[in-house]
Amino acid sequence: MIKHDFIERNVGVMGVLIALVISVAGMAEIVPLMYQAQTTEPAEGVVPYPAVELAGRDIYVKEGCYNCHSQMVRPFVSESLRYGPASVAGESVYDRPFQWGSKRTGPDLARVGGRYTDEWHRLHLMNPRDLVPESNMPGFPWLAERELDGDLITTKMNVLTMLGHPYTQEQIDGAAEKVKGVTEMDALIAYLQFLGVANNGRDQK
Amino acid sequence: MTDGWSWYVIILVVGNIVGVAWLLFATSQSNGKDEESTTGHVWDETLQEYNNPLPKWWLWLFVITIGMAIIYLYWYPGLGNYKGALKWTQMSQFEEAREDMIDRQKVAFEKFADLELTDLAKNEKAMGTASRLFSNNCASCHGSAAQGAKGFPNLTDNDWLYGNSPEQIEHSIVKGRAGVMPKLGLSDVQIVQVSNYVLTLSGREAEADAEEAKKGEALFATCIACHGPDAKGMHALGAPNLTDDIWLHGSELADIQDVIREGRQGQMPAHENLLTKAETRLLTAYVMSLSK
Repeated sequence: MIKHDFIERNVGVMGVLIALVISVAGMAEIVPLMYQAQTTEPAEGVVPYPAVELAGRDIYVKEGCYNCHSQMVRPFVSESLRYGPASVAGESVYDRPFQWGSKRTGPDLARVGGRYTDEWHRLHLMNPRDLVPESNMPGFPWLAERELDGDLITTKMNVLTMLGHPYTQEQIDGAAEKVKGVTEMDALIAYLQFLGVANNGRDQK
Repeated sequence: MTDGWSWYVIILVVGNIVGVAWLLFATSQSNGKDEESTTGHVWDETLQEYNNPLPKWWLWLFVITIGMAIIYLYWYPGLGNYKGALKWTQMSQFEEAREDMIDRQKVAFEKFADLELTDLAKNEKAMGTASRLFSNNCASCHGSAAQGAKGFPNLTDNDWLYGNSPEQIEHSIVKGRAGVMPKLGLSDVQIVQVSNYVLTLSGREAEADAEEAKKGEALFATCIACHGPDAKGMHALGAPNLTDDIWLHGSELADIQDVIREGRQGQMPAHENLLTKAETRLLTAYVMSLSK
């Protein structure tokens, strides 16, 4: 019979046993998920971000939008009333990293695509209080002054292709042309308008 | 989940429970020596630790948690592909709650179905519901108090771009609206002239340059196609009334000139796929009730 003083006197044995104990839950709950179609295959209608939207996504991350906005509609009635159908794992397969978030100072954005007009987003990003006086979101006026980098977007798409995103050669070749002269503001808006449109259920009501 | 992964999970979970039970059993046995024996560690010259098994009550707490785990794994999914005796899933719980909500909503909205829109607008309960619908769907553009913003109409005044009949309001909500003020391609001089004339239309002669305004009057012939010969606007096109001193895109002379120079694309998104018919009806009554 193993004695606790044997374990306590051999730090190596103790280390191995601790590692085993604390990794059991992860091995049972996380590891299998990495190999399930549910989490690795795109949900119906979900496609990789086109060039401008992809650039917009990086601006979303760069500006730290995720600090206040989540992108996951949880399966609760109150959330489905406000935002639309609950999010599923297959909607985030082209997000590296995913933007589910853990805090909502602002509203969830998983299904914000098509909810407002481009012009609304532009005014709102310049100064949110012009439209929503009680808003505490900061303005992002500098985005309107910066243009995207065409070489960078091609590199990004090549890397994502290596990681398994099904971009066509046509999309990659045309990417630099697509983002030419596009401001960071326009890219971010394009990204926002792209979010969740495949599964927002707005055709079914 | 494939059978392989299913068994992988089952073996890990069951193995973990068996391992924990064994560990508990192994360490709960008396060490066979008398109760006064110590672990052999000595700190600060005299401080020692008894080498006794766990107290019984503590041991039983652990046994109970293991029992709970087994009961849970019987009722709920946790062992690979085994669905659990309750067949519970997060999604089925969500769907159930959603159907319940839809049923309750139906009952709540039934009470309003027989009321005329004008009565509905006076019904406190209906307007309470409508104000929450407004917050969720309309407030981000029209403002939480429906006061509007530059480029987004104020709904509390009595100026209507597309008309204030119930049908017109409902159409605005359901199908959305697209109001276009085209770029007119006027020269800078002409823009100054016509903008000054527009100021005089809403009784602001004091601010306008009378001479420029006079020249602008002739140019206004281009504008009457949409804003009407009396400049009172046109509901069919969403062309604003220019005689009421209510300004969607700003009231300063510079704002007016910018609108004439650049044009404007006003857009109210369609809500037919976001709102049910009953919800739209409540909101129509609510919008009517807002107008003072």
